[in-house]
Amino acid sequence: MRRVGIGLLVALVLGAALVAATARNSATAGTSGAKVDNITIWVGWSAAELKAFKGVVAEYDSKHSDVTVKVVGGINDDKITAAIRSGKVPDVVSSFTSANVGSYCNSGAWIDLKPFLSKDKIDVNMFPKTSQYYTQYKGKRCALPLLADVYGFYYNKAMFKAAGLTSPPKTMSQLASYAKKLTKKNSDGSIKVAGYNPFLGFYAGNAPDLSAYAPLFGAKYVDGSGKSVISKDPAWSKMLTWQKSLVDWYGYKKLQKFNAGAADEFSASHAFEIGKLAMMIDGEWRVAFIGREHPSLDYGTAPAPVDDAHPELYGAGYVNGTIIGIPKGVKHKDQAWALVKYLTTDSHALAIFSNGVRNVPTTKASLTSSDIKPDAHFKTFLKIFANSKSTTTPITAAGNAYGSLIQAFAVKWQAGHAGDLAKGLQKLDKQIDAQLKQAQAGGVP
Amino acid sequence: MASSAAATAQPLDRTRARRRAAWRRRRLVLLLMAPWLIGFSAFFGYPLVMSVYLSFTHYDLLSSPKWIGTANYRYLFTQDPQVGEAVKNTLWIIAVMVPLQVVFAFGVASMLARARRGVGFFRTIFYLPALAPPVAATLAFVYILNPATGPVNVLLKHLGIDGPLWFQSPSWSKPSLVLLGLWGVGNIMIIFLAAILDVPRHLYESAELDGAGPLQRLRWVTLPTISPVILFSVVIGVIAGLQYFTQAYVAANVASGQASQAGDQTVNNLGYPEDSTLFYPVLLYQHGFRYFNMGYASAMSVMLLVVAFTITVLIIRNSLRWVHYVGSAK
Repeated sequence: MRRVGIGLLVALVLGAALVAATARNSATAGTSGAKVDNITIWVGWSAAELKAFKGVVAEYDSKHSDVTVKVVGGINDDKITAAIRSGKVPDVVSSFTSANVGSYCNSGAWIDLKPFLSKDKIDVNMFPKTSQYYTQYKGKRCALPLLADVYGFYYNKAMFKAAGLTSPPKTMSQLASYAKKLTKKNSDGSIKVAGYNPFLGFYAGNAPDLSAYAPLFGAKYVDGSGKSVISKDPAWSKMLTWQKSLVDWYGYKKLQKFNAGAADEFSASHAFEIGKLAMMIDGEWRVAFIGREHPSLDYGTAPAPVDDAHPELYGAGYVNGTIIGIPKGVKHKDQAWALVKYLTTDSHALAIFSNGVRNVPTTKASLTSSDIKPDAHFKTFLKIFANSKSTTTPITAAGNAYGSLIQAFAVKWQAGHAGDLAKGLQKLDKQIDAQLKQAQAGGVP
Repeated sequence: MASSAAATAQPLDRTRARRRAAWRRRRLVLLLMAPWLIGFSAFFGYPLVMSVYLSFTHYDLLSSPKWIGTANYRYLFTQDPQVGEAVKNTLWIIAVMVPLQVVFAFGVASMLARARRGVGFFRTIFYLPALAPPVAATLAFVYILNPATGPVNVLLKHLGIDGPLWFQSPSWSKPSLVLLGLWGVGNIMIIFLAAILDVPRHLYESAELDGAGPLQRLRWVTLPTISPVILFSVVIGVIAGLQYFTQAYVAANVASGQASQAGDQTVNNLGYPEDSTLFYPVLLYQHGFRYFNMGYASAMSVMLLVVAFTITVLIIRNSLRWVHYVGSAK
């Protein structure tokens, strides 16, 4: 009898366990239809810009009950590369360094987006040519553009008025002449207010690789076969000669001291914002910075002045931007693509993000979207972006390594340490060609 | 017969037992050394072997390494336009900073060794800068030596002197880094102080009895006695000079006015100004981690190892002529 009792007890326990297990399985099966996937996106933005991006993603989240998106900010390319190498990747990655697209596409580290684009019948012509260019490498499209940075011209209207100037300069000779008129010096001869600071390395508009100036002189980097043509294209020597003549007018050492006394370009004491600089070339983001930090500043924006011999270039400018893609080894490929597609092609998403960070939206349709908040200063950059003569820097196997060679020469040139310009540029061509050849050895063609 | 067999078996057993004991000892030693051996193999041996292998490949960190023979070395020795400048800068910092650091540290240590009052206070004061993190110390120096707003140039201006551009000038950027290096010389100074205090008093007394003055006592007593410490400081200083990175990286980014973009790879301030702070390790970092050219960066690091090893061997061999070890036959 006792044995029967024990047997019954065991049977009851086993039965209860079986029922519980079945119930749990059916519960899981029952919710599988509404299963929520967690996906992660890595972005480079931080602080206020990250907040704006999270706002866009939150809107996506609210429209898609099947996914929850986690946004991680402050990411750079080192972290992206390390994650891909370790195999523990987020579902979507984005990078500020479009120059690295060659490595990402060619190595397959960012997966080819062509099948997704074809499946969803998305024509990449919805993006302007420049953005199409810096999101692929030799026809392999592993990235899409997510807002662009566009360089234009800023000028202090109050200072213009005081100097009797009525409109922004349209040519480089006008820029030099205005710069001299607007410059004010202290009693000891040091620069109090710089009309225009041409010093390479001073703020983003004077990037020492000359990237912001090249489109304004129509300067070409490479020929059809990918060989460096810096010494053959007269635009480069013209550009460097113009730049150095203005540096010499100020005095190299005086400009160095002025630069050393100027605040960091991403601080609220930026020289243009506090009236120590009358004109500058800078990215569209400055509109948001001024709006936040010095809303009362009386300034205007315009396309940057161009080479006197090429007035047809007026309206163009330097463009680069954030790229976004899907890393290899991703778990939720379809969900990742859906998010990439939304962020890069949805006019509304692009417009509200653009409003938040005041970067330029990257589809042709979004440039004219009614969601874009009207802003006369910012509108200039939308036009520069849409201009067919706006260009970016070449995407190469060596990333932007060629830029460091241009920079090494250009900064020596402005200091008067580079010797003969023509010979220096010829040497530079050889160095860039050798560097590209070295980068192409083995894997990256 | 049986007794002779037993007699043979006994030494055999003893031999076996000795061998077993020796093996047990070896096993114990091996076991005790295991953490170090594992660490050494995983964090030094393996990376070293891999670096040598990768130096013969094209490796972009993302695709598999591709064998390209000696192409990286050929580019390094014959074509890289920046490597010459980087080597020149590195040799400059070694040739200038290391001797100055040794002399300065010795000078401070000598003064501290003679101090009668406030010994602890002065030792702390002179050692303190060595505790400052290199990044913070560099930031402070760039601020102090700011040509327009820095207190040093402001003071010089009051004295009627137009101060130099310091970190903004290619001629002054390396001397500015040397100043930073001298300021933080506490570690070497404390070793020198210990060595000086360790010089036997009777040697000085004997020298004095022989009529030796302060300079002669320095030349014939102090320097020979502390020569092993001088050798140590020189070797460590040269190796640190070959690996000079953090201060140059921070100074270039801050002085160029774009510190907020130091992590932004679209901005390249390394070597600012005019490649004057482009040291060999900075160029190596640039190739490896900015341009994803890890195969080439590995070739650079292998050459750095070869050069560091060669220089160290040369210094040590040369030191046989001037280093005296207390108690040694020489």
